[in-house]
Amino acid sequence: MSNTLLTFPKGGVHPRESKESTEHLPIETLPLPEEVEILLSQHFGAPCEPLVKKKDQVAEGDVIGEVEAGLGASIHASVSGRVKNIAASANPVSISSPSIFIQTDPEAKPKVNSPCNWNDLSRKELLGRVKDAGIVGIGGAGFPTHVKLSPPPEAKVDTLILNGAECEPYLTTDHRTMLEHPEEVIEGAKIILAILGIEECHIGIEANKSDAIEEMKRVSREISSNGFRISIGPLKVKYPQGSEKQLIESITGRRVPGFGLPFDVGVIVQNVGTARAIYEAVVLEKPLYEKVVTISGRGIERPANLRVRIGTKLNDIVSFLGGTRSDLAKVVMGGPMMGFAIPTLDIPVTKTTSGVLFLTNDEIDTNPHGQCIRCGWCLDACPMGLSPNEIGIYVEGGRAEETSQFGLFECFECGCCAYTCPAKRPLVQFIRLAKMKAGK
Amino acid sequence: MKSGESVERIMWTVVGCLLPPLILSVFIFGFQTLIITLVSVGACVATEAVTQKIFHRPITIRDGSAVITGLLLAYIIPPGVSYWTPVLGAVMAIYVAKHLLGGIGFNIFNPALIGRAFLVATFPVAMTSAWLPPIRDVSIFKYMGPGIDAISTATPLYVLKHYGIQAVIEKFGSMSSIYGDFFIGWRPGCIGETSALLLLLGGLYLLYKRYITWHIPASVIITIAFLTWVFGGEKLFTGNSLLAILSGGVMLGAFFMATDYVTSPTQPAGKLIFGAGIGALTVLIRFKGGYPEGICYAILLMNPMAPALEGWFRPKRFAPEKGAVR
Ligand code: SF4
Ligand code: SF4
Repeated sequence: MSNTLLTFPKGGVHPRESKESTEHLPIETLPLPEEVEILLSQHFGAPCEPLVKKKDQVAEGDVIGEVEAGLGASIHASVSGRVKNIAASANPVSISSPSIFIQTDPEAKPKVNSPCNWNDLSRKELLGRVKDAGIVGIGGAGFPTHVKLSPPPEAKVDTLILNGAECEPYLTTDHRTMLEHPEEVIEGAKIILAILGIEECHIGIEANKSDAIEEMKRVSREISSNGFRISIGPLKVKYPQGSEKQLIESITGRRVPGFGLPFDVGVIVQNVGTARAIYEAVVLEKPLYEKVVTISGRGIERPANLRVRIGTKLNDIVSFLGGTRSDLAKVVMGGPMMGFAIPTLDIPVTKTTSGVLFLTNDEIDTNPHGQCIRCGWCLDACPMGLSPNEIGIYVEGGRAEETSQFGLFECFECGCCAYTCPAKRPLVQFIRLAKMKAGK
Repeated sequence: MKSGESVERIMWTVVGCLLPPLILSVFIFGFQTLIITLVSVGACVATEAVTQKIFHRPITIRDGSAVITGLLLAYIIPPGVSYWTPVLGAVMAIYVAKHLLGGIGFNIFNPALIGRAFLVATFPVAMTSAWLPPIRDVSIFKYMGPGIDAISTATPLYVLKHYGIQAVIEKFGSMSSIYGDFFIGWRPGCIGETSALLLLLGGLYLLYKRYITWHIPASVIITIAFLTWVFGGEKLFTGNSLLAILSGGVMLGAFFMATDYVTSPTQPAGKLIFGAGIGALTVLIRFKGGYPEGICYAILLMNPMAPALEGWFRPKRFAPEKGAVR
């Protein structure tokens, strides 16, 4: 591949990366917490129904919740122990369904399967293992992976893209995963290619992770290719390079139509972390019950990349890392651009948690917002070509219902507009409000 | 997460870019230009504060935008007017143009230009004749005594319009020294409009900071130069383009007034048409209108076109929903 960096055609911003405090830190494993809280509704799709009762004994990796109908993915016990309770969560983002609380049994032995040779498995068996492992897209909204890997037959999928862009500031989990487990990521990619029955895979990595680019290149050369073509594409550092539609255009030049899905242009996108989870699901038959998260920001005593069990409370993570600092101003779940502020640390990690940021006042903007000065910067920043300024003005004027003319429903809430706005207008909040009001 | 940019930073940067021409104007037209400018700025800031107080709106005088209006208003006033002349213009600019005609963020017309239009209507003689010949000997208090009227002069555009290019050369020196003088700012004109050099440098800094884009200034200047070349001479294609863009308020208007965010379009195509419209109207007023100079009215005439241009030229949607309005 040539040395020119790939990128998307319009918009985007360059927020301060703030990755320096964790990008060189190897992934550590958090000791087992005393208790985990596993949300029955963690992600996109229908919530799970619990398969266990209070006081049941469960072992690490047991299925404890399943979707009865519709789209979804099953959930697994992330620790061995006893079901303490099935009750409402303190988590404000998931009020709709309860959680399973498991008391950890510290004596239980971890279950380790010896690796199998996945080449012996059929496509159906591979897909079955992905499904049984409850894998969802762990970088984003958590779309069930087995569904994504079964595109309708009329979609002519020819390309897999592995998303290692990690364009959100602060987050370094994909970076560390590619550095520390490159073989597993690439094996995972090959498994996905085998499931899809295609040969072509591009791995997109932002150019600020040159060590990961080199490492992935080296490993992709060394591992036997089994006839698959895997290439590494360095991407220009620009947010939101890792957004699905932008990434597809950066790498393939194909544009996903409005309300279309990647397979409409022959592409399936998976996060590098998901590829590794697929490797573990297929080769080690290990369900998705662990997650690497970046804990960063100046408000935490010791920033880290941590491997934690799903259901680990943020409280346990914080005390392991030495607590928060006195000037902590805001805790954000996810990246600073698309994440959301959380009011309490009594919240568990889910399959889609990529990071938790403890931000101080000098890392956030606390200025009140002003009137739109019509500078047009948000229009230049929007990668979808929308008019967030107008949406904001309409919402303030009580005319939220009329904003779909500005492309409201094409907005994927990347936050570029709000980031760039010199009047500090909360454009994404306006947009979410408009979506609710104008909802279809 | 937010970028480090803010309305305050943009506005105060523009103020900073506008200061060098003011300092130079003290040496060109005398110390009273500084007083007139301070009166204008003070009146604009005070009007903004009082207006926002009356309307129970948050007081935003610290964001610097009223300061810009005050500076721009003073810059398009002749240097020989009385010190209090800008006050009425300031009230009109801020109270009427900024807060009544649309409301803050939605004003249709550039406030400073509305202020000037009121001043021209109210003080027609002073606003069109209180010109002063440049001071060549650093005696900056020269014009502060009585008897200013006696030494008032005419602007190059006035001379050009009424007496032709030969008269300009007679009055302002040889053609080559005219270009040099006019480029630096050594010519009769409004307080802050004469130094093409300093205004250009300020404008380039705003371009470098990406606070403005090239589209509007370039289309204004190129249109004026081109149309003057075509129609500005005795015969077609003999007009003096360079003189045309070095005189009047072309640089000030192109970089600092036509680019006002609220009263101009945001998209490149809209900006180019907006700028070309200003350029064409400027030339039309200069050649056919009652005034020798036209850019101020040209911008005011194009301002109400901005919302329409904005509506016609939306950003290109990345992947619109089928059947969505584009
Ligand atoms: S949040 Fe929506 S409107 Fe704003 S830049 Fe992103 S896609 Fe565009
Ligand atoms: S960036 Fe902010 S101030 Fe500028 S046009 Fe957009 S909403 Fe208005």
